Amino acid sequence: MGAVVGTLTLQTRQRQPSRDNIDDELEMTMVSHRPEGLEQLEAQTNFTKQELQVLYRGFKNECPSGVVNEETFKHIYAQFFPHGDASTYAHYLFNAFDTRNNGSIKFEDFVMGLSTLLRGTVREKLEWTFHLYDINKDGLINKEEMTEIVRAIYDMMGKYTYPALKGDVPKQHVDAFFEKMDKNKDGVVTLEEFVLACQEDENMMRSIQLFENVM
Amino acid sequence: MAAGVATWLPFARAAAVGWLPLAKKTMPKPPVDKKSRNDEILFVNVSGLRFQTWKNTLDRYPDTLLGSSEKEFFYNEDTQEYFFDRDPEMFRHILNFYRTGKLHYPKQECIQAFDEELAFYGIVPDIIGDCCMEEYRDRKKENQERLAEDTEAENATDTPLPPDSTSRERLWRAFENPHTSTMALVFYYVTGFFIAVSVIANVVETVPCRPPKGSKKDLPCGEKYTLAFFCMDTACVLIFTFEYLMRLFAAPSRCKFMRSVMSVIDVVAIMPYYIGLVMPENEDVSGAFVTLRVFRVFRIFKFSRHSQGLRILGYTLKSCASELGFLLFSLTMAIIIFATVMFYAEKGTKGTNFTSIPASFWYTIVTMTTLGYGDMVPNTIAGKIFGSICSLSGVLVIALPVPVIVSNFSRIYHQNQRADKMRAQQKVRLARIRLAKKGTTNAFLQYKEEGGFQGRGSDNAVCLKNRSSFEHQHHHLLHCLEKTTNHEFTDELTFSEMCMTESVGYRTSRSTSISSQQGVSTSCCPRRAKRRAIRLANSTVSVSRGSVQELDTLQVHKTSSGPQSRSSLNARTEDLKLNCEDRDFTAAIISIPTPPANTPDESLPPSPAIPGILRNSRPTSFTHETVKISSL
Repeated sequence: MGAVVGTLTLQTRQRQPSRDNIDDELEMTMVSHRPEGLEQLEAQTNFTKQELQVLYRGFKNECPSGVVNEETFKHIYAQFFPHGDASTYAHYLFNAFDTRNNGSIKFEDFVMGLSTLLRGTVREKLEWTFHLYDINKDGLINKEEMTEIVRAIYDMMGKYTYPALKGDVPKQHVDAFFEKMDKNKDGVVTLEEFVLACQEDENMMRSIQLFENVM
Repeated sequence: MAAGVATWLPFARAAAVGWLPLAKKTMPKPPVDKKSRNDEILFVNVSGLRFQTWKNTLDRYPDTLLGSSEKEFFYNEDTQEYFFDRDPEMFRHILNFYRTGKLHYPKQECIQAFDEELAFYGIVPDIIGDCCMEEYRDRKKENQERLAEDTEAENATDTPLPPDSTSRERLWRAFENPHTSTMALVFYYVTGFFIAVSVIANVVETVPCRPPKGSKKDLPCGEKYTLAFFCMDTACVLIFTFEYLMRLFAAPSRCKFMRSVMSVIDVVAIMPYYIGLVMPENEDVSGAFVTLRVFRVFRIFKFSRHSQGLRILGYTLKSCASELGFLLFSLTMAIIIFATVMFYAEKGTKGTNFTSIPASFWYTIVTMTTLGYGDMVPNTIAGKIFGSICSLSGVLVIALPVPVIVSNFSRIYHQNQRADKMRAQQKVRLARIRLAKKGTTNAFLQYKEEGGFQGRGSDNAVCLKNRSSFEHQHHHLLHCLEKTTNHEFTDELTFSEMCMTESVGYRTSRSTSISSQQGVSTSCCPRRAKRRAIRLANSTVSVSRGSVQELDTLQVHKTSSGPQSRSSLNARTEDLKLNCEDRDFTAAIISIPTPPANTPDESLPPSPAIPGILRNSRPTSFTHETVKISSL
């Protein structure tokens, strides 16, 4: 009867708006981005042309639109750490790469970040790390920021670790870190304190050299 | 791991610089990649059609033919290309899979040919993209059903019985496939005939026959020729009972047989007769008994054994039950509404037929289905108006939407099926993701256990070469994380065992001698007690406070099926030797010194800083023992 027919039409009408949303989304993903020229990037970074080519081919294959947004980034990063939850750390990492703070990473950001990390000087690497830890970008690392970062790292380990994570291991870790880094014991670590303390740490210096040949 | 992820690995490793200030220990050395890093273009010749692609593209999926070293078997030195003698049209899709990460199913190809190509190239069909997955699955199911029908048809009819089958099996086969022997065929036709006779007798005995002499009333034939009908009925029931008992005897699974629909029909068909025999000739009871004779009509359903069409109809109705139920429900709604309206409209009339709402149901049904018997008609004007609305909407409700509802139902039905398929597929996908995750975890743990981190010499190189450089680098990354947090990855089993032992309260310290801790031995694993007993038997050590070590070598076979339960092995146990050639390794175990005075079920306290625990807790027939190592 009329009621039955009426309910049937109601259902079809409700489905229309969702289809519009899908159309909108489709339009948005069509926006693509082209990076600057190869020569410019070669000048700005420490990579050779061939390396940039390989990097770009991989990047473009993964993100045909030319940009990576945070969700995709988290998803990709989580694949490397299947044991635990890598989303928090991926979020901080994303912010560290997203130097323009516009919520997406373009190829230039990607390649600049990589250039710093792989081919930069020790000071540049330390500066990058400092910016990673400095969540609110105020030039200082305080205990809360450090605790967040350390917790995010421990989250990546997952539940099944040996020895088991007992007590507040991240907090202890943070305390040890501040012990080492905070020279004037004012509760915050500035860039200079950070760089100085790291340069004094032999283990760290040795490890930094190890990461040269990742490419 | 997903293909494109390999592209991001250098990035993730570079980002590991961010862990450096936090790490308490030095990072491990990264793996050295001896191969040239320059990307090269490969030529792939498939039956004359030449394809070119970057080597990196193919390397994205290392567990397929083209991504692994298996393709070297197809390398042609003279022409410097990889030659495959396969379908070039299909290869296009395979190569697109490497390029885009999505596998598409070409609709014009035969499903079996496609499957064969996928199997050849080592690609699992589950990764077909969503766009083509439904088509693929439908075609595959069609194909499988066709194959199944063919094999069933082959098997069913003419395959001869194995010579040593019992008479019971032969009997069952004769019942199920009447065409196999003449006796079975005869029996089949005889039962069919008697079913027909019985049904016709039931029908005819209610027809009025000419009354016997001296009586005016027309009698139904059943009462005139009572004896004849009774004899016929008895004969039929005897045959049916005999058939039922023979089937019951011959059935391979009696319970299953008794629960099947056909046997229920058989029982219902013959029950009234026996109940009638038992029942006394009592007037009150025989009234109830007469209604039982209605069930004799069920004998007609026995024909479904003889007719394929009836069976199919029954099956179709059963499968459409939910749609029919919905149709019935909507009809009921309409009936109730109109019956209520008519009742209240006709309430005022004197002597009306619409005595109650349920009484109006009859009017509504008759009107809506446009039958119009005329036994109930409205008298008031309002009643007539609503009555005409009822009949008009009856046309709309019944006649018009029936095709629409039928097609709607078929659409809803297919949609539900698709939703269920999607859900099942989702489950399968999740399970696969979990498995892949577990695989990566286990791969990493196994890697560590094989002492991959220390450069140990040539015998390690053999087994470590099996891993791709991607895996090397990924494991290095995970190892860096371990060093940063100063904790190690383990698997669930080890973790739960450790929790259990720790909760029982182990403590050990170097200064005190090991005291026996009785009563803690029986933890989760009864194997542990056996292990300790074995080790005690093997160890011949005297007591000392330090770490006297007894080397015990055990043969442990490691099957290639996977490191399901490897736990973490710290590379510091120097005495671990790996003999990878024949895929089994000799493990050296350092056992704890125990005072000989201790009772056999002394438990060995694992200190929190235990350097190495090797446990193979997978109970296979190969492992001789499962061992727990700990050293103070």
